[in-house]
Amino acid sequence: MALNKEFVGRVFGPGEPYEVSRVKIAEFADAIGEPSELCRDQAAAQRAGYPDVIAPPTFAIVIAMASTTSTHSEPGLGLDYSMVVHGEESFSHSRPLHAGDVVVATTTIESIRAIGDMSMLVTSTDLSTTEGEHVCTAKSTLVERGK
Amino acid sequence: MTVKYADVEPGTELPAKSYRVTRADLVKYAGASGDFNPIHWNERFARSVGLPGVIAHGMYTMAEAGKFVTDLAGDPGAVLEFGVRFSGMVPVPDDTDPPLGGTTGGATIEVSGKVAEKLGDNRVAVDVVARSGGSKVLTRARAVVRLP
Repeated sequence: MALNKEFVGRVFGPGEPYEVSRVKIAEFADAIGEPSELCRDQAAAQRAGYPDVIAPPTFAIVIAMASTTSTHSEPGLGLDYSMVVHGEESFSHSRPLHAGDVVVATTTIESIRAIGDMSMLVTSTDLSTTEGEHVCTAKSTLVERGK
Repeated sequence: MTVKYADVEPGTELPAKSYRVTRADLVKYAGASGDFNPIHWNERFARSVGLPGVIAHGMYTMAEAGKFVTDLAGDPGAVLEFGVRFSGMVPVPDDTDPPLGGTTGGATIEVSGKVAEKLGDNRVAVDVVARSGGSKVLTRARAVVRLP
């Protein structure tokens, strides 16, 4: 099914605030094999100039994904999630996420294109603190395979 | 291995690295990331949707390439921009599966890179390539990172 192009430009969120914790950062760093003590040791992170332990750059997907998933399942958009593959992903950081950050995600549908029997959906998700400071923008391209 | 800004030029090749990935790693990543899509842990489901078997999360592969970049700076907070195109799957055979070119399960992700540009203020653009099983699995992968 072709995606509904009327959704281009629509904005979803901000969603519920997400509190970044030391435990979650350490769990994520362990899962990807990131060895840096800056992800685990508060004193080391502070010596490096950060307020608390910092997240690896792709950690932002943990917060962004909740927002994009709810956008993707929006009735009327017409996305068949079982046919979706991840095409591209990019992160643009104003600064690293750190433990203690409380952030909200806002997702914008940037474009919808049909290429043959495939559809490409590009979303952009801004993560900002509840005080309004931009931390990261995550841009995702999903490809819905044709049937 | 930390690389200094003063020691690189456009074209400088960065030492390649190999990262091993097993089914257990994918389960850990699913839990840590919240991405529980069964194609990343359930062989039966993966095959039922036409995949060769369980495949790694694209974001897991991206995270491995990200580790290659953060390691250059010695600081996971030094990566300012990071974007990739997912150009191939990383099948991750179970330990008891017939080996795909190896004698044990799991897969290897090989990451290499070179300096594309020096951007000033200690920032460099790095072009990264990730391969697995002989295919490129990340292309158009570029990071902007601040080096010491």
